[in-house]
Amino acid sequence: MMNDMGNVGRDSAASEIKIQARGVQVFYGETQAIKDVSVDILDKSVTAFIGPSGCGKSTFLRCLNRMNDTIDIARVEGDIHIDGDDIHAPGIDPVQLRAKVGMVFQKPNPFPKSIYDNIAYGPRIHGLARNKAELDEIVERSLRRGAIWDEVKHRLHEPGTGLSGGQQQRLCIARAVATEPEVLLMDEPCSALDPIATAQVEDLIDELRQSYSVVIVTHSMQQAARVSQRTAFFHLGSLVEYRETGQIFTNPEDPRTESYITGRIG
Amino acid sequence: MATTVFLALLCVSILGYSLNRQAAARMRANGTKLHSVPGYHGLYSLLSTIVPVVVLIVLWLALQGPTIDRFTMSGLPAGSLDELETGGRQLILAEIKSISRGRVFGNPEAWKVDAADRYVWMHAVAGWMLFGVVIVASLGIVGFARSRVAADFRARHGVERITSGLMLFCSTIAIFTTLGIIAALLFESIRFFERVPITEFFLGLNWEPQIPLREDQVAAEGAFGWIPVFLGTLVITVVALFLAVPVGLLSAIYLNEFATPRLRAVAKPVLEILAGVPTVVYGFFAILVVAPAIRSFGATLGIPVSPNAALAAGSVMGIMLIPFISSFTDDALSAVPKSLRDGALALGATRAETVLNVLFPAAIPGIVGGILLAISRAIGETMIVVMAAGLIASLTINPLDSVTTVTVQIVTLLVGDTSFDNPKTLAAFALGMMLFIVTLVINVFALRIVRKYREAYE
Repeated sequence: MMNDMGNVGRDSAASEIKIQARGVQVFYGETQAIKDVSVDILDKSVTAFIGPSGCGKSTFLRCLNRMNDTIDIARVEGDIHIDGDDIHAPGIDPVQLRAKVGMVFQKPNPFPKSIYDNIAYGPRIHGLARNKAELDEIVERSLRRGAIWDEVKHRLHEPGTGLSGGQQQRLCIARAVATEPEVLLMDEPCSALDPIATAQVEDLIDELRQSYSVVIVTHSMQQAARVSQRTAFFHLGSLVEYRETGQIFTNPEDPRTESYITGRIG
Repeated sequence: MATTVFLALLCVSILGYSLNRQAAARMRANGTKLHSVPGYHGLYSLLSTIVPVVVLIVLWLALQGPTIDRFTMSGLPAGSLDELETGGRQLILAEIKSISRGRVFGNPEAWKVDAADRYVWMHAVAGWMLFGVVIVASLGIVGFARSRVAADFRARHGVERITSGLMLFCSTIAIFTTLGIIAALLFESIRFFERVPITEFFLGLNWEPQIPLREDQVAAEGAFGWIPVFLGTLVITVVALFLAVPVGLLSAIYLNEFATPRLRAVAKPVLEILAGVPTVVYGFFAILVVAPAIRSFGATLGIPVSPNAALAAGSVMGIMLIPFISSFTDDALSAVPKSLRDGALALGATRAETVLNVLFPAAIPGIVGGILLAISRAIGETMIVVMAAGLIASLTINPLDSVTTVTVQIVTLLVGDTSFDNPKTLAAFALGMMLFIVTLVINVFALRIVRKYREAYE
């Protein structure tokens, strides 16, 4: 499965491996949610996780920034290395890890604060700005990268919860970007958005690829095809197929992948 | 008699239900398309019988007693009520009533026994009349309802109207009770202010309500300034909040965010036990444990502490309020969507940062509401302060002094030798009125704050 890593991707600036996962298993109590998943995620590219509901793709995504630690009954086994460092090593602080591996959630979740404070929250707790001017600059830069600056620049001090759903989601992306992460995890970021907002977020993802390694979980195969360079297909907790996106959609190797993308399972 | 009447009404209305239901069912069986299903035609009959007739019975029973009393009195032999005032007449009526129940003391006059017989007879007649009226009325309504069963009769809408009317009635009961309480307080307070100038009550700095009730009693002139009394309430409330707010907030945050599930499973119920402790037990605790402890601690520091210091009553009241505040905070924190928590954690916030910067602001409306309700409770709390606070109203904000509270004064004014025509007892109603107004204002304020924040954060 891994043998077509060297294939020429569509405009994929294929580069070094950012995240390396080996034999990852996740248990919720007695139930096994992820079975022996090994995957290499490249830097400066978009990787899509597709698969039917409950196949474990979100669970696997949450392994990458150790968000599963916050669930009492969840247990993660296996090795995950980011930039060669084991994220489960005793010396690794999950709080530090999450600053480096940002995350955007399915439902927009702006904090009950102003737009400005939403963005400034991460930089503040991590001490990224030395003074107000620097913080202002980070906020503006993040909002610009989130493609929402023009819409909110006149009302930075109004509550972020007052924005529309699509704006809220772009605000959340800008918030995740503001802490200068190296990896951005997106868990179905467009599922609560209308087509126009979805298109805006997808454009944004394409731009973010210049600087980050982006991993996106999506239910929409069209979206995976549009935004990603590589695609992983999950089924019943296992990684079935992981290849260059164009290939997985035109020429799937595994019959289960073919069934899913042609709409027979899922 | 009342039971029989109600049973009869129930039977008739059930009869009406089945009549209507069967009639409608027959129509439907014959192929007519009904607007409402047969069950609603039945219910329509049932409700439109029961509701008005029950109202009729209640009104009848309410008027029956006074009417019969009047007939009894007017039927007495001429001259037997001469030279009697209201009190005397009522005594005679009471005597006749007790004879009618068979409780005869001594040898009553023959005319009283006659009157008692007539009293019994009138009650029996009235009962049968009620029975007859109820049967006629309910059968009439049943017949009327039966006549309305038709294909296009909107029984379902009729039932809807009647039930929503019933609900409206129930929801206004609470409102009217509140209005009644306000009216009672207001009238007595007005009587108080007829005797004591309103400026003295609101601006006076002295509270010495022990005025002579009878000619031969020796007591002071009396002074009715509510400021020292209310100040005492404030001092105790502030002490209580200083203890309850931080402890309640932090314990709720700990239990909600940091505690392991096992600890939480034990600690939460234990905290809730505190809420179930009767306030009189808190009173014991204040007198027997807290007050002596504070006093001896003060003695070691060389600070004089009054035996019933505001600090003792206030801190025990604070303990009482802890579960109140912590359960409100707990609910408010639990109500914050998990997505916000995840969002903050995913940005690399620690648990404490998440709680402080994200969860707490989102939970503020609930927390503020809880604190303000706790203040209302502290102001109105009676038993702890009756037991542990003082009786003398002194103008002080020192929590080590003895202070009294509004509730304590109300209790002492209304306990023992009372009559409701002197400023001493009427003062209790004026205090109660003020207590009511203050808590009302706080509650309105609490609701407004909660609403304002909710608008901003949803």
